[in-house]
Amino acid sequence: MTELNVAQALNAALDEALAAPEVVVLGEDVGRTGGVFRITDGLQERHGSDRVIDTPVAESGIIGAAFGMAVAGLRPVAELQFMGFSYPAVDQVISHVGRIRNRSQHRFTAPMVIRIPYGAGIGAAEHHMESAEAIYAHTPGIKVVAVSNPRDAKGLLLAAIDDPDPVIFLEPIRIYRAVKGEVPDEPYRVPLGVAAIEREGTDVTMIAYGAMMREVRAAADELAGVGISAEVIDLRTLDPIDGEAIVDSVRATGRAVVVQEAHRTAGLAAEIIAQIQEKALYSLLAPVERVTGWDTVVPLRRAEHHYVPTVARITAAARRTMEG
Amino acid sequence: MSLEPLHILGPDGVLVADPPVPMDRTRELYAQMVTARGYDRKASAMQRQGRLATYAQFEGQEACQIGAVAPLRPADWLVATYRDAAAMWAHGYPWLNLVLGRTGDERGGRPPEGVRVLPPSITVGGHMIHAVGIAWAEQIKATDAVALTLFGDGATSEGDFHEAMNFAGVYRIPTVFVCQNNGWAISMPRERQTASDTIAQKADAYGMPGMLVDGNDLLAVVAATAEAVDRARRGDGPTLIEALTYRMGPHTTTDDARRYRHDDDVAEWHPRDPLERVRRYLEAAGRWDAAWQSELEEAAAEAVEDAVATAEGMPAFTSDEIFAAMYETPTMALLEQQRLAHRDESR
Repeated sequence: MTELNVAQALNAALDEALAAPEVVVLGEDVGRTGGVFRITDGLQERHGSDRVIDTPVAESGIIGAAFGMAVAGLRPVAELQFMGFSYPAVDQVISHVGRIRNRSQHRFTAPMVIRIPYGAGIGAAEHHMESAEAIYAHTPGIKVVAVSNPRDAKGLLLAAIDDPDPVIFLEPIRIYRAVKGEVPDEPYRVPLGVAAIEREGTDVTMIAYGAMMREVRAAADELAGVGISAEVIDLRTLDPIDGEAIVDSVRATGRAVVVQEAHRTAGLAAEIIAQIQEKALYSLLAPVERVTGWDTVVPLRRAEHHYVPTVARITAAARRTMEG
Repeated sequence: MSLEPLHILGPDGVLVADPPVPMDRTRELYAQMVTARGYDRKASAMQRQGRLATYAQFEGQEACQIGAVAPLRPADWLVATYRDAAAMWAHGYPWLNLVLGRTGDERGGRPPEGVRVLPPSITVGGHMIHAVGIAWAEQIKATDAVALTLFGDGATSEGDFHEAMNFAGVYRIPTVFVCQNNGWAISMPRERQTASDTIAQKADAYGMPGMLVDGNDLLAVVAATAEAVDRARRGDGPTLIEALTYRMGPHTTTDDARRYRHDDDVAEWHPRDPLERVRRYLEAAGRWDAAWQSELEEAAAEAVEDAVATAEGMPAFTSDEIFAAMYETPTMALLEQQRLAHRDESR
């Protein structure tokens, strides 16, 4: 085991993946500078500039080119610098990446990973703090992953690169260096589509993913202090959702709080709550709470704290379920 | 900036420059053009009978399409659009697949294994970069395969055209860009797509050669693409070819071209027909006769009728089958939805 932060774990995963000749990394500034968040640091030096490729500044072009590479037998890992810069590539993702297997009835496929740093909390400029995972989770033919700790970051990225289908891989910006943990030295994978019960509890199930896991963990600690036992689920894969893990837990606790940083309307929390309603309604002891960002543009640095869900908002939501 | 289009075979069927291929090969390519036109006319007729969904005719563009893929090897890739059935077929995509697609059936998008032709792009412009990515992969794998992409004048207005050309230029990706400038993007003439004199000259801004060619001259298109394919194959980078042609029909069978252009405009192009000039050339050389022509036309019509009959004989997808090609292994979510579809259908 080695202690790494999320950024180092991702770098280690890419380094390991690049040992396979069909894996290539491409994106803006991923080579010479090692990426805006240094996730690809040192990879071009070690694996060559034809395998770790600095592209022109063109997100649609990056994803379209990666798509072509995947169709022709490579395993590209494309980086888009920020979620807010992924929008020019949405046409490629929806119209081509997510459809080629179906359009060609398995003849052509696009096994590729699109890494996207996302989320607020570092006081970045406008367009650098988006959480648009719902757009991608809503899109057929792709999978969506969000990481919350170093061990999962490495294991999920390697599993995503192995996956025969395209994966959108979301990396929360504010935990790149803030969250550290033990990472196995031997090769391992964390399977897609399987949530993690991070902490067992009996009173309320708290469901989250990505950067919000840090706040949810802190909230669970606080709740324990006042005698409320929270079960904490890290979704890890946002599409397909591990509905079974959610439903089993909510059936046992009878209460649920779903947390997402993204805007409220038509977000992932709404889907999770729909699944709870379909399969665990009669186990519920209180209305399901959701703690989300608002349907506002993400506020800039000085007012960002009004938007991103806080530990206080999450504990308050859990307490409301206990009053029900 | 002015570029003169390359001409090799005049509308009268007389050579104005040396032909790029021998007479036997010209005869083969002529046979392909006749077959393609037979397919196009038959498919249009069958659409009017309600047997095919919307159909995009390519009449007038046979030289562009057959000529563009003529220099390709089987290992080379073709990334084309909904109007490029002739090129796709000539590079190995069966009529049955083309017809199936037009009946509204996903199985049309699955050519036989080893056929390096992607299913046709339906959105305009997003596919050119795919050819770049594919060719890039071949370059990284150190093969000598190249990728050729076909698109129209309208597609050059899309930002994706810029991104594809730019990527290919910067990394000298072995890609051949062939723009079939057929004068019209649905109802808008070429002049409303770009203020530049030609589309070919745009190549200059991307650091690649641009070639302007008479797109109704089979031999000129073959010569230009052969040069571009050779350049890509030997590692000297991409090329943009603008083939000047004309869309003789409407945009698709849903469109009435008389709302935006005069029959007189179309009539001007009849004497420049891409098939007729090759026919004259072959006839003058004693390599064409009416019996062979009828044989080709009949075979083409029969091939299309057979393909349509086979397609119509295939049962439509069941609700299970619409779920079957979303992922290599269906997700739990999809399996559950499949069960819901069964439940709802049994009501």
